[in-house]
Amino acid sequence: MIGTLTTGFGVWNPLVWLCVILVALLFSWIIWRCGESDYDEDTEQTSPYLSGNAEPAKGAVHVRAGNMYWGFTAALKSYYDKLIPLHSGIVNDYVSWFLIGVVVLFAVVVLL
Amino acid sequence: MNADVLLANLPALLIAVPLFGAFLTPVIGRFLSSIRDAWVILASFVSSLVAILLAAQVYAKGTIVYVFGAAPGVGTIPADSGGIPIRILFTIDGFGALMLISAAIVSFAVILYLTLSQSKRSYRSEFYALYLLLTAGIFGMVSTGDMFNFFVFLEINSLAASALIAYHRNGGLAAEGALKYLIVNTVGALMILFAIGLLYAQYNSLNMAVIASQLTLTSLNILALVLFIAGLGTKAGAVPFHFATPDAYSVAPSGITALMIVASQAGLYGMFRILFSVYGHVFTSETVGWVVIILGVLSMFIGVTMAIPQKDIKRLLSYHAVSQTGYMLLGVGVALAVLGDIALTDAFGRMAMEGGLFHIINHAMYKGLLFLAVGAVIYRTGVWNLNEMGGLGHKMKWTMIFFLIGALAIAGIPPFNGFASKLMIYESTFAFNPAIAVIAMVVSILTLASFMKVFHSVFMGPQLPEYEKVREVPKRMLAGMAILAFFVVAFGLVPDLVVNTLVAPAADALLNQGQYIASVLGGGL
Repeated sequence: MIGTLTTGFGVWNPLVWLCVILVALLFSWIIWRCGESDYDEDTEQTSPYLSGNAEPAKGAVHVRAGNMYWGFTAALKSYYDKLIPLHSGIVNDYVSWFLIGVVVLFAVVVLL
Repeated sequence: MNADVLLANLPALLIAVPLFGAFLTPVIGRFLSSIRDAWVILASFVSSLVAILLAAQVYAKGTIVYVFGAAPGVGTIPADSGGIPIRILFTIDGFGALMLISAAIVSFAVILYLTLSQSKRSYRSEFYALYLLLTAGIFGMVSTGDMFNFFVFLEINSLAASALIAYHRNGGLAAEGALKYLIVNTVGALMILFAIGLLYAQYNSLNMAVIASQLTLTSLNILALVLFIAGLGTKAGAVPFHFATPDAYSVAPSGITALMIVASQAGLYGMFRILFSVYGHVFTSETVGWVVIILGVLSMFIGVTMAIPQKDIKRLLSYHAVSQTGYMLLGVGVALAVLGDIALTDAFGRMAMEGGLFHIINHAMYKGLLFLAVGAVIYRTGVWNLNEMGGLGHKMKWTMIFFLIGALAIAGIPPFNGFASKLMIYESTFAFNPAIAVIAMVVSILTLASFMKVFHSVFMGPQLPEYEKVREVPKRMLAGMAILAFFVVAFGLVPDLVVNTLVAPAADALLNQGQYIASVLGGGL
């Protein structure tokens, strides 16, 4: 049923990947089985140990989206400083971009 | 009326069923609102069934040329027309069939979802009527063999989409998004109409096959081609014509955005149809192919880099839609660049095209799924800002699983469908130009990074107190997502079957321009 896709330069068979996933799941299950058998969700065992300090509020420990990839966007600040203002939200600008695109396309196709 | 007559008239039913469903929905909703939802689901199911039956006929018998208003057996060219096919034609080949299947699956999955997600809104009858009109517009665009009818269906598509974006207003933002979408797409459509006029003035016909059989590369025809590319690129949301796309997609109801992905792909269909079936034999250089490739690379890179800093979850997904459109343009652009060289086409051009076309149907499935999953989160929380979300996986496990499937697929992670089509694009593009293939792979990595951010921000982390009462969405909304998730997984597990059965005939149809012309000029019901 699961066939091999020939790309002209190589092949891809999802069966290989499925086998990898199954083996990974098997290992996960084995590791899980090796866990403590007296674990109980409804006791203090589920509370994180923070060197005796009180656990912060749930909302305070969640890493928010704005914190992720800050470094990436900061490193590309000069790129984003140019790119984001182009998406101004002003429809006049959008129509202008359309017309500029038409002119550039026409010039490229005619000249080259 | 027996089954043979119905089967013989499937192309007419393809438009008639959703139109009939649309016009009757407000009537039923006025008198029998309790069964209105069942009616629209039935209308969508039957129109999807017609589309799939029609596609099956194409795969079994070859290109279908349907002449509206002609008795069975009458050719496309009436005896008294001077050799010009003046009748309205539907020409459905392998490429049209692929698009029909894609639209049929998504439109039915989405209506299941919408009838519940919009259940607390007012004036739903007209909303569903517009939805069915949008479906009819998409079906018409990918089926017609006539340029003016293509324009008419494009307008139905754009107007219905604009109305649906603004229909359930969101503090004025939706109306603003719809207005931008409408204005920009109308400008694009007018350019397409202008291009159609240029061709009609020269060849006295609106039929694509007739124009294709006589076309030469004059200055006017080059201008028409540029206008087609720009107008249809706007509909498809390709950079630099994409600006209204994220503004509109991000404010529309999520189910509508999922179908608008297919609506935008109908624009891609038009672009590829014009490039290959109408202009195919006149290209003597790689220039136009490179134009499409550059549009693709710009779309991929700018789309994904604009997605990464977004905090509005739907706006982030919308920029990814722009980015994924780039892959389709890239694959088909490479095929176009080597169209005149049979050796290169056989070596990698055909594979690039198959990858691009495969990505169209894959994208419809996984991006539709992602928009539905995100819509489910918004349906339960009322929050669009990623910074305000978190820990929802504790309560919305099925939605989380469906989102994860879609996210892995869009990032090109095996064994989901996005991987198979991207692999075909990477390898064939690498043979054409390694630098472009590297850019495509970098964009995939950035896509994965972006969806890691979304998945973590929305579903992971501790269960937040403000979402303590959140629960999973109703079963019918889950069913809509499950249908699309099934195809995301299935297309990934049997990529060879999908490519050989659905995608290869579509590539054949585009590469073999002579067959397209012959099927119309020598065909008929």
